Amino acid sequence: MDPLIHLEDAGVSLGGKPILRHVEFELQPGQVVGIAGPNGSGKTTLIRVLATLLRISEGTGSVLGADVNSDQVFRVRPSIGMIGHNPALIGELTLLENLIHIARLAGVSEERVGTVLEVVGLAEASDRRADASSFGMRRRIEVAHLLLTRPRLVLLDEATSGLDNSAHELINALRDRTVADGGGVVMVSHDQKRLAETCEEVMGIASGRLVNVQ
Amino acid sequence: MSFWGQTLEIARVDLRVERRLGDTLRIVLPFAVVALMVFPLSLGIELAVIRRIGPAVFWSLGILFGMQVALRQSVADTQERRDLHALLGVDPAARFVGRMLSGGVLMLAFLVVLFIAMVLIYGPTLPPGSWSTVLIGTVLFSIGLTELGTLAGEVTAGLRNRTALASLIVAPLALPLVIGASQSLEALSRGTGILPWVLLMLATDLTLAVVGVGLARPLEEATR
Repeated sequence: MDPLIHLEDAGVSLGGKPILRHVEFELQPGQVVGIAGPNGSGKTTLIRVLATLLRISEGTGSVLGADVNSDQVFRVRPSIGMIGHNPALIGELTLLENLIHIARLAGVSEERVGTVLEVVGLAEASDRRADASSFGMRRRIEVAHLLLTRPRLVLLDEATSGLDNSAHELINALRDRTVADGGGVVMVSHDQKRLAETCEEVMGIASGRLVNVQ
Repeated sequence: MSFWGQTLEIARVDLRVERRLGDTLRIVLPFAVVALMVFPLSLGIELAVIRRIGPAVFWSLGILFGMQVALRQSVADTQERRDLHALLGVDPAARFVGRMLSGGVLMLAFLVVLFIAMVLIYGPTLPPGSWSTVLIGTVLFSIGLTELGTLAGEVTAGLRNRTALASLIVAPLALPLVIGASQSLEALSRGTGILPWVLLMLATDLTLAVVGVGLARPLEEATR
């Protein structure tokens, strides 16, 4: 079976400074991999490469069959879902309007928006503006986004930081459903202990280099 | 979703955000109208001069404050939002055209109100056929300035002094639009043809549209 992600000797330099070096990484369908590392170790850069939002300067790589350094990435991007450090929402729109905007652009039926809002527990607060909502609520809307669009590859960059237990359960439910659909999940965090609880394999990253730790 | 579906969705959301924030009509427009009043106040009762300079002041303020309208999206466009659209498969060219559409509508509304205010304050003697000429000029000016603002926003995406840099790009490149718009009205007063000036603005708009759509994807990737 073709891997969802395959990076071989990949490196990324930004502004002439190497951020990732000699990265070897593979993700198979149905796999959940965690990457733990301290701040500034290159976790977010790696996630952006896996999301095809950043090109590699050295080595080779493919995501969902698309060469990460080619225009093939435009074809596979809609099959990638990412929750990053900062919630990717339009602050001036309500939570409901944000999801409708996402549903329309993703070509998903707007009728499902109400259902996912129920699932993430925000049906009652859906008319609240995103910039007036708490961090936890905005995170839940991002989970709702991924439940709505059902991407094959889910990338979570410190997605559980600052969340309560019920939000953790939502993230776990998202992970389980992606795996059940034959997709893959990469979780990145500085919290190695939590990653060990939720991922079948945990790797470490330090100074831009990946190492196996579990 | 089709290219035009994406375009209209981007424009629809932009206009909804603008309706909530009211930056253009509640902040930029009142400032521009106040600026219109400065010239008659400083010139005193020189009514003939005031009547004469009205259209020129309109276009000068149109470019100055219009730049604020054109660049308003660059300020709001965050890396997260760009990533969101990229991962939803939005064509960068559709994003460009969508922003151009929403910005163009706002710019047109802004300029129309500003022109009416100029007529009321300055009382210019407009030659016959002026209104249609002004309308054509305003539409072409609005499209061109919005295209420039959107393009400058894309070029400067991710840079620290983004708004200031974008203004530096827009100001000199908007000269053909200012010249075309102001000279078309002047040509009408002199009884000469307006076609060359309309064609100048049209050519500028078309060139910017081609450049904007053509460069949308490479620019979005390069500034990520």
